[in-house]
Amino acid sequence: MADLGTPAPPQTDQAAVSHWGDRFAAGVMWSVALGVVALLLWIVGDVLMGAVGGGPWAPGEGWWAYFTAEPRSLGVRGGIGSVLASTGLILTVCLGVALPLGLGTAVLLTETGATRGDARLARAVRRSLDVLAGVPSIVFGLFGSVLFCEVMGMGFSIKAGGLTLACMVLPIFIRAAEDGLRSVPEAWRQGATALGLSRAATLRRVVLPAAFPGLAVAFVLGVGRALAETAALLFTAGTVTRMPGSLDDSGRALSVHIYELAMFVNGGEAAAYRAATVLVLLLLGINLAAAAVARRYVLHVRPSA
Amino acid sequence: MFHRHYRLIDAAGAVLLRACGVVSASVVVLIVGFLVWKSWPAATDIGLGRFLVDERWAPTSGGFSLVAMAAATAAVTLGAVALAGPLGVASALFSRYYAPRGVAAVYRRGVELLAGIPSVVFGFWGLVTLVPLIAVWGGGAGASMLAAVLVLTLMVLPTVALLGESALAAVALDQRRGAAALGLGTWASLWRVVLPAAAPGLASAVLLAGLRAVGETMAVLMVAGNVVRLPGDPLAPVRVLTANIALEMGYAQGDHRLALFFSGVVLLTLVAGGVVLADVLERGRRKAVRGG
Repeated sequence: MADLGTPAPPQTDQAAVSHWGDRFAAGVMWSVALGVVALLLWIVGDVLMGAVGGGPWAPGEGWWAYFTAEPRSLGVRGGIGSVLASTGLILTVCLGVALPLGLGTAVLLTETGATRGDARLARAVRRSLDVLAGVPSIVFGLFGSVLFCEVMGMGFSIKAGGLTLACMVLPIFIRAAEDGLRSVPEAWRQGATALGLSRAATLRRVVLPAAFPGLAVAFVLGVGRALAETAALLFTAGTVTRMPGSLDDSGRALSVHIYELAMFVNGGEAAAYRAATVLVLLLLGINLAAAAVARRYVLHVRPSA
Repeated sequence: MFHRHYRLIDAAGAVLLRACGVVSASVVVLIVGFLVWKSWPAATDIGLGRFLVDERWAPTSGGFSLVAMAAATAAVTLGAVALAGPLGVASALFSRYYAPRGVAAVYRRGVELLAGIPSVVFGFWGLVTLVPLIAVWGGGAGASMLAAVLVLTLMVLPTVALLGESALAAVALDQRRGAAALGLGTWASLWRVVLPAAAPGLASAVLLAGLRAVGETMAVLMVAGNVVRLPGDPLAPVRVLTANIALEMGYAQGDHRLALFFSGVVLLTLVAGGVVLADVLERGRRKAVRGG
């Protein structure tokens, strides 16, 4: 990291001044970094401590009952069983649409482009995905509530929420999947072609298996983004806490549950802490899994924050 | 025989891939289309001028001014960027030039974790920790513009730090070696050589952080107090455009609903403009790197 080389040894007054300036600057950088780490620990620590100190998770039963019981008294009591079920279903719908569509698009962007038409299409797709990545989540919510809930007649439903999230996750998934596909050496494709494999066979037998770790990272990043989302779900999947019977029912995602408990339920703080802890731990696990895969296979994933 | 079979599959595959690309690209077109379609009657029913000149936001009794909320969005965003910009750049400089290799790797993981904390958790933390602290130190309810600025700062700092670090990484090694050969100290070579060379990339990182702040909904909604008023006193509550949509979409009807969709179009326009600007900056950066 310190590839600047060591600074010249101080010999003149000028150099002495810059030496002290250097020390001061280094002090500032270290303090900022320590501050950032302290804030991260503060936030995560506060959420975890709040959940631990907020009384038993499932009074009278084992702690695991919290993950299966339905919420009672607006979520203050009971567990998050139905909320987790809704979250899982929303995620399934979202990924079921976003994965094939995103993978196809990522393959289009990396594996084709020989013809001028494909290159032009790829440029248009990239430009529009850049804009899509910047669209605020509440705007996705407005869009989803018009297209899926109203025009397509889905109403407040897990289906509508999942589809809205699919639109949101698409740019993140495609970008990461593209990075995974690009990490496959060009020589492998040439070798496959030299062996007489068709492009479809090259893709299926060589490129996709080799890109698998990168695609796994893309998958995990997409799941993380979808799990974290709240605003886009408020007016699409809704806030009903009942156990969903089908994809047409409204269902409350975990993040929405935290929001509702924190803002609108008297005495909901302890329950909000518990739900926030579950969400944070899930996302931490997902993050670490992605990082582990990426490190193991020496992938270079562009920062998408 | 085989060859014809292969070609058929390849041709079908190419069509399928193009279809995926077209669908992915059309999502953003659909979003613009549906939002404009849903807010179009706002021009005729309400009149676009009234979003600016009406006295206040009272959409159920004919007041449609978005000025106070747009100003609040601008104030909160500028505040967060003013704090997160320098801090984020310092964080990027730290992990690239000041931290020992092992520390830098761990630190970067920490920044990525901060980036991965969902906005509703930032909002919840702000609500239960930051807001009471502000109430104790500053008086008042605590839910305020200051709380919103601080929470947003934390949320967009990783954006500046991570994107800024790749901007720093793109500065040619030659330039840095040249600075070291001239006998410049670490800070002098960073300040005089590396930062100017990375400036377009850093600017685009800060811009993207700003766009994230403009679009952020949950965290701001949970800590800002949500009173519609012009921003001024940092300890007073404000309501931003995104929070307004989240708060009122649930029950809005008629012209009120139109007005909310129109504010969605305003947000979308802001963000699209910002993304295009970031693209221009990015191209400037590539040119600068090549030229160097």
